[in-house]
Amino acid sequence: MGTYRDACMSGNFVVSGEIGPPKGTNVARMLDDIDLLKDKCDGLNVTDNQSAVMRLGSLAVSGEIVRRGGDPIFQTTCRDRNRLGLQSDLLSAAFMGITNVLCLTGDHPVVGDHKQAKGVFDFDSVHLIQCCKKMNAGTDWAGNTLDGATDFFVGAVVTPEADPLEPQMYKFARKVDAGADFFQTQAVYDMDNFQRFMEQARETIAGTNVKMMAGLVVLTGLGMAKYMNRAVPGIFVPDALLEELGSVAKEDQLKKGMEIAARHIAFLRDNKVCDGVHVMAIGKEEIIPEILARAGVVR
Amino acid sequence: MIISKQKPFEEVLEDLEGLTNIIILGCGECATATRTGGPEEVADMKAKLEEHGKKVLFTEIVHTGCHELDVKRILRQAKDACGEADGFLVLSCGAGTQACRTATDKRVIPGCDPLFLGNIQRSMDFAEKCSHCGACVIDDYGAICPITRCAKGLVNGPCGGTSHGKCEVDPEMDCAWTLIHNQLKKEGRDDKRRMVHEPKDWNVIRHPGAVVDRGSDKQKMGSEV
Repeated sequence: MGTYRDACMSGNFVVSGEIGPPKGTNVARMLDDIDLLKDKCDGLNVTDNQSAVMRLGSLAVSGEIVRRGGDPIFQTTCRDRNRLGLQSDLLSAAFMGITNVLCLTGDHPVVGDHKQAKGVFDFDSVHLIQCCKKMNAGTDWAGNTLDGATDFFVGAVVTPEADPLEPQMYKFARKVDAGADFFQTQAVYDMDNFQRFMEQARETIAGTNVKMMAGLVVLTGLGMAKYMNRAVPGIFVPDALLEELGSVAKEDQLKKGMEIAARHIAFLRDNKVCDGVHVMAIGKEEIIPEILARAGVVR
Repeated sequence: MIISKQKPFEEVLEDLEGLTNIIILGCGECATATRTGGPEEVADMKAKLEEHGKKVLFTEIVHTGCHELDVKRILRQAKDACGEADGFLVLSCGAGTQACRTATDKRVIPGCDPLFLGNIQRSMDFAEKCSHCGACVIDDYGAICPITRCAKGLVNGPCGGTSHGKCEVDPEMDCAWTLIHNQLKKEGRDDKRRMVHEPKDWNVIRHPGAVVDRGSDKQKMGSEV
């Protein structure tokens, strides 16, 4: 198995998966998920206190993926640490053999399970990208020389269905300027909209070697799809997909959702819409291999 | 204007437990304008405390509640009452309460929760637009402060939590970055819309802030103090 960076540079269609660390010390299921996915995906994201809910840390789990022979994409947010903490964790990541970093702002504490926490946001995601690049060049943020530089492959996120889209595209441009190597998008479901987004994105990244990965969250049922539409900012599930999910009995909707995800992966790959996909099956990681097999993604 | 809200009366009573003789101070500036510690509120508090068995020895609306010399002068003039008092209940922001701290060694109890520096939008509607961050850069943002008005204080554009121009923290609240973006568009300043800003230098407002001897050539501010 090569590394995620190699896969991105190869020109082949890239697939990453995602591991959500548990809230607690029972890690058996998560380790099973890692072992199941590490060779079927080019890289595995590890979420960082996702949705501002306190969990086992992304740094430790990313390190475990390295030990198990996979290639983690270490998600790190600006919510919980100031610039000292972030850089120290980045050095720790390098020490643990982690090379891919996904730089995120982080959800506000108020949407999570520690609503009284102080959100830090000393850096924003753009600064975090710049910081990784500085550390790659051998200095910390303040300009002090590092005794040994990092070698991070630096990722960021963008929301193709953001409303309004224009401010989001300007932020995307700032992240490109800051030196992001790859992007994972917020979950997309409308392939026409996504193709239009990619046309705009291609203009912004023209002249760079930036790789674009479409985010796909598997729809596990009609209720979940409607919830995503209603409650998750930047997500749009088109009516046609809602109807498609609703056309089968409730117990068959997960299968239908998997079929839709496989179809979207194949569509994006066969039409060269983007450079790869980031597939998420929040809490149902065991279904990912079947989706990838259906899409004809073989590792 | 400093925006505060009065603490629930039960909480005030709890804080005053064991204290009988009370002096109440209000503030003639912000607390009067925001109706949290003006003449009416102080009279109201006096009446309620007396209903609950407290003895209110003295009340005063300090012209400017955060003016330490003002507060000291008033307490000197009310020397007898101050001598008899068990504690001071201050209906103002925390600056006013701590101005009282400098004027007595007795218990000083805040009667209000200070909230923010607020713009007055209509009679009793207030909105926070500035958080005193020490270095004003809002010209780059169409005179809309991202440090204060974005819930995360982001300086380089919106997060993924924005939805239909509103904020993930409160769907009633405008996304500051939608406002900033649209304003810069109106001003025709596309360069600023894409500009990457440095992270905020928090050292310029290292707490506690102090400005010493303003007006002389020895003036020092913030972190230089």
